[in-house]
Amino acid sequence: MYRYDEFDAKFVAERVEQFRGQVQRRLSGELNEDQFKLLRLMNGLYLQLHAYMLRIAVPYGTLAAKQLRMLAHIARKYDRGYGHFTTRQNIQFNWPKLVDVPDILADLASVEMHCIQTSGNCIRNVTADHFAGAAADEIEDPRPIAEIIRQWSSLHPEFVYLPRKFKIAVSASPHDRAALRFHDMALEIIKNEAGEIGYRVLVGGGMGRTPYLGYVVGDFIAKPDILAFLESVMRVYNQSGRRDNLYKSRIKILAAALGPEEMRRQVMREFMEIKQKGTLQLPAEELARIDAYFAPPKFEALPDEMPKGGKDFENWLKTNVHPHRAPGYAIATISLKPIGGVPGDCSAEQMDALAELMDTYGMDEIRVSHEQNLVLPHVKKRDLPAIFAKLSELGLATPNAGLITDIIACPGLDYCDLANARSIPIAQDIAKRFADLDRQHEIGELKIKISGCINACGHHHAGHIGILGVDKKGVEYYQLQLGGSGAEDASIGDIMGPGFGEHEIGPAVERVVKAYLTLRKDGERFLDTYRRVGMEPFKNMAYLDQLYAAH
Amino acid sequence: MPLIKLGAPQHDTLGGAAHDAAIIADPFTTLTDDQPLPAEGGAIVSLTRFRKDRDALLARNAPIGVLLTADESPEQLGDDVHRLSVVVIQFPKFRDGRGFSWARMLRTRLNFTGEVRASGDFLYDQINYLLRTGFDAFDSNFTLEDLNRARLEMSFAYQPSADGKKTIRDLRSGK
Repeated sequence: MYRYDEFDAKFVAERVEQFRGQVQRRLSGELNEDQFKLLRLMNGLYLQLHAYMLRIAVPYGTLAAKQLRMLAHIARKYDRGYGHFTTRQNIQFNWPKLVDVPDILADLASVEMHCIQTSGNCIRNVTADHFAGAAADEIEDPRPIAEIIRQWSSLHPEFVYLPRKFKIAVSASPHDRAALRFHDMALEIIKNEAGEIGYRVLVGGGMGRTPYLGYVVGDFIAKPDILAFLESVMRVYNQSGRRDNLYKSRIKILAAALGPEEMRRQVMREFMEIKQKGTLQLPAEELARIDAYFAPPKFEALPDEMPKGGKDFENWLKTNVHPHRAPGYAIATISLKPIGGVPGDCSAEQMDALAELMDTYGMDEIRVSHEQNLVLPHVKKRDLPAIFAKLSELGLATPNAGLITDIIACPGLDYCDLANARSIPIAQDIAKRFADLDRQHEIGELKIKISGCINACGHHHAGHIGILGVDKKGVEYYQLQLGGSGAEDASIGDIMGPGFGEHEIGPAVERVVKAYLTLRKDGERFLDTYRRVGMEPFKNMAYLDQLYAAH
Repeated sequence: MPLIKLGAPQHDTLGGAAHDAAIIADPFTTLTDDQPLPAEGGAIVSLTRFRKDRDALLARNAPIGVLLTADESPEQLGDDVHRLSVVVIQFPKFRDGRGFSWARMLRTRLNFTGEVRASGDFLYDQINYLLRTGFDAFDSNFTLEDLNRARLEMSFAYQPSADGKKTIRDLRSGK
């Protein structure tokens, strides 16, 4: 894992004091709310429906045990005993007091964490494949470059007041677990024909009101050039991104307006200039220095055998355990989606117990996934029964990773100031309907994603089944979208038609799933069947009883 | 509004530009597009007016400046930028960050060595970014203490910009 040196440590410590000063100026009235709003957002502090919400960065989703323990401490001391993991690998606390926030930041700084740029119109926390450094299929660990990007993007003097927020993701394997094409900018680590490793850079993806898939702007950017290239994209965006309309200010709108050819031309112009100046080139020593922090832990030579266990354990293995690059090791997904629970929530007690599990079995590492689960990236296969037993005690052994009850949902109207409709109760209702595990396995991989408003924090555009909450004259309705994917076969879901009432959306999803089970051919996932047969048969089934089609 | 003007940079140990700053009377008159040129003394005009009256403005035996709105890239000045003493960059709203890019472009691409002045709506909390991207004058009510305090809030920076400040990477490698 990355460790702060004296410069990183002082940088974060000074940023804490800077924010403390900003809070004091707000409390004294020197700053008005309009001015303070922008400053607090730059540090992840939102004002929500009921209280402030603090979003803490978990860069590229990697946490050490002491960091998780600190999050548990913060949950207990300053909040209501739990935290909420988000779709951007961050954690949010929903009830902090404004006056406490500087102290929370100081506590975080003591374990090398911060809230820098977890909100605001700036470059946000960099995300990466949650299996980084462990996946059997990756070209190299994507976290070193993500850390380099974290540093380069932190308080960048030119890019802190962008037209709109800017999200970057990095992945290094043919299986895209980081939703690359839905990001403002994405780096795919690839190998060229000469066997050299470099970056394919995509620009202009996004969700929200107008979803777009990003397109390739850099085919193969050499490692030493990558920051120069990223800076070039940021320059083009900061200079030309729209600022007249909040909903048209993301880079996806500029990217669509310019088209790939013109975007490339503008980026290349900046790139040639920056590269020639040389100040952003990454020398091999620097790359090696950062790489060293992420050197894989020492894996023992172990027999590559999966231990046996009871039916519950076997079920958990089937969905929540994944191939590791080292023989005898595995990756274990800890589902934060208990049936009827709040997707992504984790209590302080659970965090502490997980930290202990990391000490004993997990090589001190845990990951936050963009699917709002946690991941133990390096565990011995022979320890899996003990880990499963402990997770079961903690209520964290739900065997549903990738199944229909592994639902992504934004906080929705229960917390969020922007939401039009509730997301959590819908997720809970659907999970209960499909609680039967045999039925879940029968259905297979099916990703449901729920957003409580058009901003799409619940990634509904990328759901095999996406659900969007809308408000019509004070009543909550839910639109269905089918056929989205955030993986390497990325696509934007198609809107089915009129929305369903809050009590009708669950039954409608059940009918859609039933249609799939009737229509599917051998080996087809829901997504495959949808792509083969199209919307019509699903639509007919969903609206079977016109009584349900309220709007 | 008072004008804060930085003196020549004295690079500190981190390469950051420490300046003698002073609050001075603006030696330039900022003209509206239909205001007649003063007989003498420096004048600042809009890009529109500069284009219209270019020859007359440059023929005057007095320094000239151009005020750019946030929509106007300094590249629109072409080679004339080097005949200017001042480029004023307008911040229409503090959340509009284009000015940071325009200042950086003036310094690092166009190699403009004259005054780059920030005008309009910007905050104390943006002073450091303004200094880093190449501004050296501010139409502002800030005090000199504000300026110095803001500059010292963050000792280190990760990115190279227009001010020549050493980056954390430079410091790590002992540069």
